[in-house]
Amino acid sequence: MSPHVSARRFLRPSLVLAALLAAAGLPLAGSPVAGQPAAGEPAAQARGEVNVYTYREAKLVEPLFSAFTAETGIKVNTLSANRGLEQRIAAEGASSPADVLLTVDIGRLKDAIDAGIAQPIRSKTLDEVVPAAFRDPDGLWYAISARARVVYASKERVEQDEITYEGLADPKWKGRICIRSGQHIYNNALFAAFIAHHGEAKTEEWLKGLKANLAQKPSGGDREVARDIAAGKCDIGLGNTYYWALMHERDPAKKAWAEATEVILPTFEGGGTHMNVSGVVLTKHAPNQANAVRLIEWLMSDTAQRIYADINYEYPIRTGTTINPVIASYGELRADTVSLVTIAEHKKAAATLVDKVGFDD
Amino acid sequence: MTTPSLPLRAGVPTLSADTRTVGHTRARRRKNPVAWGVLVAVAGLVALPVASLVAIALGGDTEVWPHLAAYVLPTAVRETALLLAGIALLTGTIGVGTAWLVTGHDFPGRDTLLVLLPLPLAFPTYIVAYVYADTLDFLGPVQTGFRALTGFRSPADYWFPEVRSLGGAVVVMSLVLYPYVYLAVRAMLQTQSAAVVEAARLLGAGSVRLACDVTLPLARPALAAGLALVLMESLNDIGATEYLGVRTLTLSIFTTWLNRGSLAGAAQIACVLLIVVAGLIALERAGRRGRSFSSGDDLRHVSRVRLHGWRGLLAALLCALPVLLGFVLPFAFLLHEVLSRGLLAGLDPALVRAAATTVGLAAAATVATLALGFGTVIAARLIRRPGTAPLTAAAGLGYAVPGTVLALGLLSPLIAVDGVLDAASRALWGTGVGLLLAGSGAALVIAYTVRFMAIATGFSQAGLARVPTDLDDAARSLGAATPAVIGTVHLPLLRPALAGAALLVFVDCLKELPATLLLRPLNVETLSTHLYQFASRGSFEEGALAALLIVAVGLLPVARMVRLSDDLDRARPLA
Repeated sequence: MSPHVSARRFLRPSLVLAALLAAAGLPLAGSPVAGQPAAGEPAAQARGEVNVYTYREAKLVEPLFSAFTAETGIKVNTLSANRGLEQRIAAEGASSPADVLLTVDIGRLKDAIDAGIAQPIRSKTLDEVVPAAFRDPDGLWYAISARARVVYASKERVEQDEITYEGLADPKWKGRICIRSGQHIYNNALFAAFIAHHGEAKTEEWLKGLKANLAQKPSGGDREVARDIAAGKCDIGLGNTYYWALMHERDPAKKAWAEATEVILPTFEGGGTHMNVSGVVLTKHAPNQANAVRLIEWLMSDTAQRIYADINYEYPIRTGTTINPVIASYGELRADTVSLVTIAEHKKAAATLVDKVGFDD
Repeated sequence: MTTPSLPLRAGVPTLSADTRTVGHTRARRRKNPVAWGVLVAVAGLVALPVASLVAIALGGDTEVWPHLAAYVLPTAVRETALLLAGIALLTGTIGVGTAWLVTGHDFPGRDTLLVLLPLPLAFPTYIVAYVYADTLDFLGPVQTGFRALTGFRSPADYWFPEVRSLGGAVVVMSLVLYPYVYLAVRAMLQTQSAAVVEAARLLGAGSVRLACDVTLPLARPALAAGLALVLMESLNDIGATEYLGVRTLTLSIFTTWLNRGSLAGAAQIACVLLIVVAGLIALERAGRRGRSFSSGDDLRHVSRVRLHGWRGLLAALLCALPVLLGFVLPFAFLLHEVLSRGLLAGLDPALVRAAATTVGLAAAATVATLALGFGTVIAARLIRRPGTAPLTAAAGLGYAVPGTVLALGLLSPLIAVDGVLDAASRALWGTGVGLLLAGSGAALVIAYTVRFMAIATGFSQAGLARVPTDLDDAARSLGAATPAVIGTVHLPLLRPALAGAALLVFVDCLKELPATLLLRPLNVETLSTHLYQFASRGSFEEGALAALLIVAVGLLPVARMVRLSDDLDRARPLA
């Protein structure tokens, strides 16, 4: 054997290994699991806790839950993810620690119901303050905030201050529209709403027209739409109400993008502006059910509605809660009349059509 | 590729034909129950989520396929193929080129580049995609500066490459992923036999001729291992490709699941992709079959060639370019965001906690992955039968499944095991343990191990391909038992490969996102999930500090590894 392959040499890596092993003890015994009850521990309820699985980022909802804890003494534990929480809750079954699932998009709420992980919330308080359009008739889900999918238009190059969704397919916009992927949930729900209004055949035509008007292949997110308008790559685009506000109010580096555009609230012909929601579901095996219902009811209080809507510039659900002035400045919102449940039913058809017309190609 | 025409076995005087035969016979008689046990256990662990994925796929009808075939596959297959081909070409060129330059040559800045070359790996791909889209955008600094210089005003006045495109995705992803190839090939070149190289030099081969005819053909197993990792990583990417507007097959898995409401259909697509990946790997293996990549037992190291004058500068420049684009530029961008947004001032204690959690989880998973991966490959080598090849290949399949899908596949098996543990605990002590695995960090360590096993097995295999089985036999004929053979022959010779694999696994665990998101316990954040909270809301810049911390933590093992490999270099006798 050659001289460098001596036993002494490979003592070194074993030292490294030992160090790694020492570090490895950390996550199993220490920090990650510290500060939370052992999984499935029934004591969670006694200690006054509630466990929330959320599709909204934990950081985003943190101020809200802190306020809840301050008021009630109930600790809120969170787990945020971007996909698959319904499947995780379903797989965990009766030992799932999840009490509440907080989602964005009506499709996700429907998925949760379809996965059989929800149980009805029976609460007179909720039914009194949540308009019927924003809750499930059987109480399986309640919306807690809403956003509209609107048009960002160049201040310089677009004169008109009203527009319909149907009008986006007008050839006068040829090469002037920017949009993110047609399969993104925000667009998917909008296209599903279009089907609810006009049927699949007309929607297909409309999507073809819209596709023909695009300045570039769909990519990026809603902020990039504003950026591309500011850059002069396109003149109008689709975005959610809160993105514009966040760029304008919270991000100095992106304020210019928002300032180059203005928000127009589009409507369906014979309808209103397309809305989507974030909402909550009470899980079937919620170990802290009473606390969970308390949390959900609290989320609908005037205070909570204002905090929650202001965190991310969304529309409050509770009738009578003041709308954030930035959002209010877009103009008076006339929400579309097609129910969210109907929209959710057309999601699949919308996804099919987007593929069929090669929208993202 | 041609088999080198040089005398491969030129320096094998230590073993007579007799010893070889004796060793072989003994090995063949050996039953190796332990080795088989290791092999089957590891393959089984990885097969668990895959099996549960297959079960989901079989649980639904095939109604998604006519739609996919008509409208999705034509584009998705083309875009995916172009993406992968482009990335393979680019990462292969950068990885092999830089590894060859720094391992075989001395030039200005070489020692620094040695530390810097693996670093782009520490960036999550999607973050680098954001950075480039932002920097090279019309309103970004580059184009703004360009307009100021030229007097152009609107996008219509001039052509500028678009980052949000297929080509952009190829370049951006290659800049992050080339270290897989670089590390694999470098580990192999470091243990390249001196005899072969010296023979070639004596025969008058110049540096380039030597590389083309000898060094690189012999490095093929390493190139294959590195490229396989790069391609699987690219195939499973969702963040960067979606943002850059590339319509990949993986994207169709998610639209099928989330928009068309068919988890079964999504699982079916994932299974088909898995079969394709397995097929490609098998094809490459078949292409290598019957060739020996071991080059005798003369494992002294080759001395580095000093490059003088413009050659040295050119080498430095070529190695600096990927570092500059893949590491320095994104790093500078993020640093600028951290400073200009004052992110350091209000340092979130949660971020410190997240960093500690991340390091702990990654370290645990690295140890587990390396032990199991190395164990698998050694087991297969000890058994020496063709039947082991499918099992070792199966052990690497976790990497061929998108992270979220793998996590979904792990949920049921983990929770089933938890059910058994819970019942056992109730029977024994009268109190349940709940979701012991699925509700704790253990789920993440298992997920990482399953996912990144391919790195450990790939690197170990590539490394061992260099070591002739004659050496094992020689050790045995000298009376060494199996543990001693592993300890005195395999482990020391595999050091560079294992160090490379450890680094890759560790850094991959640091930045792993999809499985971490879905499987972590309540209230637990890692650096990558912390970063993602901002990125998913469209303002990744606010998470810049977390991104930099991932890089900073990733730097530690890089530095350590470079020191290890430099020890190796110093041990080289002069040729």
